[in-house]
Amino acid sequence: MTELSPAAHVLPQLPKAPTGIDGLDEITEGGLPLGRPTLICGSAGCGKTLMGVEFLVRGILEFNEPGVLMAFEETGDELAANVASLGFDLKDLQERKLLRLDHVHVDRSEIEETGEYDLDGLFIRLGYAIDSIGAKRVVLDTIEALFSGFPNQGVLRSEIRRLFRWLKDKGVTTVITAERGDGTLTRQGLEEYVSDCVILLDNRVIDQITTRRLRIVKYRGSTHGTNEYPYLITEDGISVLPVTSLQLDHGVSDDIDSSGIMALDEMFGRRGFYHGSSVLITGTAGTAKTTLAAAFAEKTCLEGHRCLMFVFEESPQQLIRNMRSVGIDLGRFVAQGLLRIEASRPTLNGLERHLVTIHKLVKEFDPYAVVIDPITNLISVGNLSEVRSMLTRLIDFLKVSNITALFTALVNTGMGRSEMTEEGVSSLVDTWISVRDLEGIGERNRGLSILKSRGMAHSNQVREFIVTSRGIELLDVVLGPTGIVTGASRLTQQLAEHAEALAAQQEADRRDRELERRRRMLEANIANLRTEFESVEEELRQISSNEQSRQQTLASGHQRITAANPPKAGAPGSAPTTESGQ
Amino acid sequence: MDPITDPSAWPEPAAPEYVLHLYITGATPNSTRAVHNIKAICEEFLQGRYELLIVDIYQQPELAQREDLIGVPTLIKRSPGLVRRLVGDLSDRDRVLKALGITPSADGPTRYE
Repeated sequence: MTELSPAAHVLPQLPKAPTGIDGLDEITEGGLPLGRPTLICGSAGCGKTLMGVEFLVRGILEFNEPGVLMAFEETGDELAANVASLGFDLKDLQERKLLRLDHVHVDRSEIEETGEYDLDGLFIRLGYAIDSIGAKRVVLDTIEALFSGFPNQGVLRSEIRRLFRWLKDKGVTTVITAERGDGTLTRQGLEEYVSDCVILLDNRVIDQITTRRLRIVKYRGSTHGTNEYPYLITEDGISVLPVTSLQLDHGVSDDIDSSGIMALDEMFGRRGFYHGSSVLITGTAGTAKTTLAAAFAEKTCLEGHRCLMFVFEESPQQLIRNMRSVGIDLGRFVAQGLLRIEASRPTLNGLERHLVTIHKLVKEFDPYAVVIDPITNLISVGNLSEVRSMLTRLIDFLKVSNITALFTALVNTGMGRSEMTEEGVSSLVDTWISVRDLEGIGERNRGLSILKSRGMAHSNQVREFIVTSRGIELLDVVLGPTGIVTGASRLTQQLAEHAEALAAQQEADRRDRELERRRRMLEANIANLRTEFESVEEELRQISSNEQSRQQTLASGHQRITAANPPKAGAPGSAPTTESGQ
Repeated sequence: MDPITDPSAWPEPAAPEYVLHLYITGATPNSTRAVHNIKAICEEFLQGRYELLIVDIYQQPELAQREDLIGVPTLIKRSPGLVRRLVGDLSDRDRVLKALGITPSADGPTRYE
């Protein structure tokens, strides 16, 4: 099964007849070998007949290839009734000459062997049926019934071999169904004759849950998927999950989707998740995982994109009501058709069925983002490795479809299950947000941190967040003496800081007042000094003015004396004395 | 192609007791042998009491489905009694006679009820 290198692809490929069955063509890389027989074997209840019928009906409806169904076990009416529930109208197809049903009745008690014979009757019937409608596809369901009718194994085997050869020569693509044998693929060893393609169907019950699986045992001349692929019989027929996309080469987007919480966006280097990436939110019970998921869904819808939510714990109504209490109104988006909430109990179906449901709805609804809340509940219907493989496929599928996926997962710290997310899924997701209880003294708080975010810088802080009636709010980081503090400690810390600030303020005020006082004191001093200075100045001025007036008086006295006593003789000294005595 | 013998060779007035239809595929050895054998048996045991119709389903393939044929040659005994199907070239005479409800000894039909 070595893949040919692209350069070697010049050789013509084996022509194939597409089955039209969901997923099968992907595994077989195009369909069943064209013009050759394919054996479908499986135990009772695997859907062999259904697969055969679907191959024919889809061939007619989708690829315009008429078909012949030769039924050895059921009559035409029974078959028509059985597949009517899948929407296949065999009667109508027969009337339109696109399908021929031939019921071959084999009853040992009615048959007496009286000598040599061959199965030309079968050949002629089949040949006539094929030629009458120009059939390209033939289903023989189940040819082994012949073995119960004809005791002569030797003849039968050589005739069956001849039949397959003949069908090949006729160039019709044939599907032969056969019952699974003990230790062999088929009870009668038909795989010896059909060597081109063998598909094995299997029906397994593990822990009371049935899973159907399909495997291509061989496909001569073609590569094919070799794994066991789960498949389902749904309302639309068989659905095989091709699932794990074989290569990791999906396109990536550079767009950013907001988480719906602004503060959380800010913790990411590019303010959100990459579009098409997968986000995991893990946390213990009651850490608001669903609320975070709902916030994301709301944001997606607010931006006008479609969002698909799968909830495994609550009914849609309950979810809408509960989210309304935290200010997230999902109801209006449901009404607008932007949001679709699919609720189911995980135990309702096997894992594969859930996966198929998800696939189907995603294809149908074509969402921009998908939310699954929570993935861990699925573990109740499968074991760890199954859940892991399912999630791998799911994540792959969503990534390839370029849909942002947000999963929540419950982590039971006490139990051994916590490794489920840590080892199982976390390596698959691109962004991992952890929410947890930060249990302090007498209280629980919620903390949120980003464990990883591929291709983007992100905050390393554990942020406390609270769920308010307006949604989720991330609180500012408060640093205490021993690191980041939360809850009541955070409040205490804040109070303490407040008190400190108050004290500092008061201290500053006090200093201001002191300064003021000093200033006033000094100013008072200055005023005093000025007053003193003024009085001294006044005094000095007084003295000088006195002196001046004395001088004047003296001068005027002199003049008067001079005027009254002209200076003939006299003692100049006696006159001023008199003057001053007056 | 061989003996497409359509023997109402015995113009009996009453309806034939044995109505036998033999389906063959042309002139294959098995078919040839079957025709030969049934004719011999009829001649020997049912003289005048039978109607044998030999059909080549190569010529009328639609009959193959209608008659629900698988193995060829097939002899269908329509009457008397229950319809029986005999597959093969009818060379096992004992089984053929038993299946047709014919007692093999010529002398007395009393050995079987």
